[in-house]
Amino acid sequence: MNKRSPHSQDLLFRTLGDPTRRAIFERLCRDGEQTVAALTAQAGVSQPAVSKHLALLKQAGLVLDRHEGRQTHYSARRSALAPLVDWTSQMTGYWESRFNDLETLLQRIDQ
Amino acid sequence: MTVTTHEIRSVIVERELAHPPEKVWRALTVPHLIEEWLMKNDFSPAVGHRFKLQGDWGGVLDCEVLAIEQNSVLSYTWNFVNDNPDFDLRSVVTFTLTPTATGTHLRMEQSGFRPEQKQALGGAKSGWQQFFGKLEHVLTQAE
Repeated sequence: MNKRSPHSQDLLFRTLGDPTRRAIFERLCRDGEQTVAALTAQAGVSQPAVSKHLALLKQAGLVLDRHEGRQTHYSARRSALAPLVDWTSQMTGYWESRFNDLETLLQRIDQ
Repeated sequence: MTVTTHEIRSVIVERELAHPPEKVWRALTVPHLIEEWLMKNDFSPAVGHRFKLQGDWGGVLDCEVLAIEQNSVLSYTWNFVNDNPDFDLRSVVTFTLTPTATGTHLRMEQSGFRPEQKQALGGAKSGWQQFFGKLEHVLTQAE
């Protein structure tokens, strides 16, 4: 059958599961290439925090960085999202998230 | 419906749980516990029982219990009836619990989709649903 659970996909879900990180990524998709300073101005968190989010986005292959003088410019790599567009991947992400809640519940309830 | 076998797909998600099968079984079959991790429901552990899963995004899934083996197997239909074929979803969800040295191996298989179905988010919580909605939008714009 059609079993798909590549690690890259788990990483994408984990990376985009954070709302601040997702907002940064969406902004890069919408507005194109940005510097850390420009992103910080709108992110509502500190520059070190934005840099940390960008590093994780880069690690997941979701953004590219380009150095120019002392500035680093970031841009979105939309092609990295391809695994998520397929419905099987969407449902996999859904069930992974449900199972997270199930584990939380199991830890809470009595034996 | 003219669904041929090669159009059937399935999604499999597995998890090692540090809890005995009896406890996991309760979470899967007791309504107020199901609600805590999945959705509001009127589930009852009897083959043939029809119930609904109510998503907090407003959608309702029509379900029917297909198989029950105490502490081991639970299977039910997971149908989201919609006139729009992009949203219409007919599927079967099967949970299999296997005891392990440290607890339970839980396996979920959902099968029965059609490949032309792009919005198979019949059960997605609004966050993911909105996210994927935006994502598709972004991707459409990107090309």
